[in-house]
Amino acid sequence: MAEIEIDGKKINVEPGSMVIEAADQLGVDIPRFCYHKKLSIAANCRMCLVDVEKSPKPLPACATPVTEGMKVWTRSKKALEAQKAVMEFLLINHPLDCPICDQGGECELQDISMGYGNALSYFTEGKRVVKDKDIGPLISTDMTRCIHCTRCVRFGTEVAGIRELGATGRGEHMEIGTFIEHNVDSEVSGNVIDLCPVGALTSKPFRFTARGWELNQFHGIAPHDCVGSNILIHVRRNQVMRIVPKENEAINEVWISDRDRFSYEGLLSQDRLTHPKIKKNGHWHTVSWQEALDVTAKSLKDIVENQGVNELAAIFSPNSTVEEFYLGQKLFRSLGIHNLDHRLRQLDFRDQDKAPLYPNLGLGLTLSDIENQSVILLVGSNIRKEQPIISLKLRKMTLAGGKALAINVQDYPYNFDLAEKKIVTGGDLIFGLLGLVKAIAVIKKSSAVTALPGLSEIIPSETDKRMATLLIEGQKKAIFMGLDGHCHPDFSEIMALVTLISQMTDATVGVLSDGANSAGGWLAGFVPHRLPGGQSVNKSGFNLKSLWEKELKSYCLVGIEPELDCALGARALQALSKANFVVALTAYESETLKTVAHVLLPMTPFTENEGTYVNVEGLWQSFKGVVLPLEESRPAWKILRVMGNFLGLSDFEYEECGQIMTELKSVLKTTSGMGLGLGAAGSTPKNIMKPGLGTTSEPGPARGPAPTRDNIKGSEIIRLAPVPLYATDPLVRRARSLQKTKDAESPTVRLNAAMANKFNLKAGILAKLVYQGAQCLLPVVLDESVPDNSVVVPNGVKETIYLGDPYSAIEIYPA
Amino acid sequence: MKTKTTTTTTTTTETKIKSVTLLQKLKQIAQSFILWELLIGLKVTGRHFFARKVTIQYPEEKTPASVRFRGIHALRRYPNGEERCIACKLCEVVCPALAITIEAEPRKDGSRRTTLYEIDLFKCIYCGFCEESCPVDAIVETSIADYHFEKRGENILTKEKLLAIGDKYEKEIAAARTIDAKYR
Repeated sequence: MAEIEIDGKKINVEPGSMVIEAADQLGVDIPRFCYHKKLSIAANCRMCLVDVEKSPKPLPACATPVTEGMKVWTRSKKALEAQKAVMEFLLINHPLDCPICDQGGECELQDISMGYGNALSYFTEGKRVVKDKDIGPLISTDMTRCIHCTRCVRFGTEVAGIRELGATGRGEHMEIGTFIEHNVDSEVSGNVIDLCPVGALTSKPFRFTARGWELNQFHGIAPHDCVGSNILIHVRRNQVMRIVPKENEAINEVWISDRDRFSYEGLLSQDRLTHPKIKKNGHWHTVSWQEALDVTAKSLKDIVENQGVNELAAIFSPNSTVEEFYLGQKLFRSLGIHNLDHRLRQLDFRDQDKAPLYPNLGLGLTLSDIENQSVILLVGSNIRKEQPIISLKLRKMTLAGGKALAINVQDYPYNFDLAEKKIVTGGDLIFGLLGLVKAIAVIKKSSAVTALPGLSEIIPSETDKRMATLLIEGQKKAIFMGLDGHCHPDFSEIMALVTLISQMTDATVGVLSDGANSAGGWLAGFVPHRLPGGQSVNKSGFNLKSLWEKELKSYCLVGIEPELDCALGARALQALSKANFVVALTAYESETLKTVAHVLLPMTPFTENEGTYVNVEGLWQSFKGVVLPLEESRPAWKILRVMGNFLGLSDFEYEECGQIMTELKSVLKTTSGMGLGLGAAGSTPKNIMKPGLGTTSEPGPARGPAPTRDNIKGSEIIRLAPVPLYATDPLVRRARSLQKTKDAESPTVRLNAAMANKFNLKAGILAKLVYQGAQCLLPVVLDESVPDNSVVVPNGVKETIYLGDPYSAIEIYPA
Repeated sequence: MKTKTTTTTTTTTETKIKSVTLLQKLKQIAQSFILWELLIGLKVTGRHFFARKVTIQYPEEKTPASVRFRGIHALRRYPNGEERCIACKLCEVVCPALAITIEAEPRKDGSRRTTLYEIDLFKCIYCGFCEESCPVDAIVETSIADYHFEKRGENILTKEKLLAIGDKYEKEIAAARTIDAKYR
């Protein structure tokens, strides 16, 4: 440790750290533009010049390493003069029209100019003008205001991993922009808005609508992915104006994804449901809460009494809060109903009894620990689009020397380098994993797996062997299963193989589930086979897939648009349209819900709700409502609570959300020590059946033949059905600006050139996709990242609802 | 001893008061007869009758007002017809009575403009801070002080009304600002 003195205050700091870091620790204010603690040091703005003893000239605090006994003065005459001079230089080309700048009032240049600048300038010549660039629907530019701190450029190259912005020209002619005219499409691009110290890069949806001083700031939790990023919600006059990240080093550091940042635009969408509605004789009538709940309670009771408890199912969005999950399962289980599910995109539920307490990142692994891993294997994950913040952490890991490996159904363009990758054809992840299992078994000389049927025929490839070596030799190892694996029809086998790999290599296994609170759903017992805390149910309910297939008499939907949010959209629609009674708690009255539902109850989106989310590492994060519920809409937990009263159930006298949490916590306390550790339990090797045949000893829904390397030979092609980044939930689908981005482009069919040739398709023409009579026309895009025997047709968009289940075989013809 | 002295003093005072009251009564009677009070009043009337007149015939006539007079508000335009206001919201934040409400968004040409600019005249205390804070001299307080409302709600000056006032009195507003320019 080196002892230095800044403005007379002594501090011990790590040798090699910079003066500005020491000053920040001491709370001594040094003005800066280019320095940012999460980015590399550029030292190009020169604003942080300080006076250092024995140095003839002032030195930049951000690029001066501390030395033992160093004495620094930040407010000496020499330092102040230097700072004033730099400020004057910076303002030479910066326009002084702060009143029309969107950064006005929250501008670092404005603040520092007030604190460290001169009132007058000697500069009388003409100022430089730079043409604005259109870099997409999320970020607006005022490039004349740019002071060339290059924070945005460094963010792209270092943190996001995509070089979208760069500097061209030198000196007076230096300009920041995209090298060729194109949009900034990164899924974390919004962070440059926060990074830009001036008004050069500002938020386009927020543009000119409010000033920093008008906004009230509230703490919130991002409701779109399982990371649980901390956010600050800025509110003016009871309206959410924008969302910015809240620093939390343990979770999202200082970043958030664009999805979390811009989804607020959907909050007050045109189709917000504001009053309870009832369908009478095919027409919708706005009614009072009393009437709507009367009808709902009566209908639910009627179904339970006359049709039996198995004819009713409750399906919640994985974005519901823990309180809603708990109250929901309490309500329906009090009626004797166990048909509860929130696993909307999952297709295979066979190993659900062996699943861990909740889907998690891996035993003992935290989000901040990801960057310290030495090897991470991704299984079926487009992590960059599924979990943008975790992807940044993986990038950090690879930059620190860690190795990222991937076994995927498509060669996804990651924002970090993969040490090894294995792309399987036809979505056959099992085949991909078997090779690795064999390679590991060979190296480890393990006999435990040789008993696996089918494994003896597998000949591991060189990639498998290299992956195996890395996994075995690495110090800290983790395996992450993404949505391609989690929502695969062979999830059970994939999970079993992944567990096997983890056992042989001492790696942790994590599942990056969809939705913000899938973990909470499991913990609160909103699954058909488990009570809160993972206790088993005597008579388990049916899983979501069977709930659709059985076409029940009644469904209760909470926070979902069934045709888009469920992997089996078409089946969901069919079941719902045949049901006698469908009640939907929803924030938006979509056309589909109006067609299939009988009662619509207006629930509030996350900003008008309160509750708790459990993120993928098991962290419980509570949030409060920041604006009042719109008109007659109410938080879902309140609706469920009053519904309990209407149904005459006891113990539904909650006055506030916290009481539900207290009750759940006490339930969880009594169930601790259930032996359901956090680690992925998965199946034991013995349980793995011959891959692809789908045989299982457990009672489970019948399923069609899984795609294996045998049945995808020839012309049969498998539909890979990823959910686009900005189609994941009802709120995101209504965020106007996000829907204008490249990630939300209208659906296409993607396949590689060889496959296109085989089916006489060319880029740009329409292809006809046929699945069991249903067909749809989509433009062809050639994409070499798609392997043979596969086409990528997105799921979760209305055009492709009837194109069959994900990973089913479809036919493709030129239109 | 003490008590005795006090009693003597009281008796003397009482005699004095008696004699004064009598004298005053006589004086009063005399004054009533010669209409003395009326004459005093007529003295004031007489003085003002011959003095220089200051009364003006409002509303036909008006007293001169300072160019800095703070009357009803107006939003000004540039000579080419473009509204001056750039929705910087400084007037809104400086207003001590919270009388100003502004909403803004990018106009079609990309410039920063208000979509709503309202001043509640019931809240306004006519302090003139809005005018002082305006970087483009858009919001001004005119010298118009006589205005009224007939219906509830008319106290809210909308953007259209403010611009209309500005358009109507632009000449006077501009003249007043020219005179005051050297002190600003």
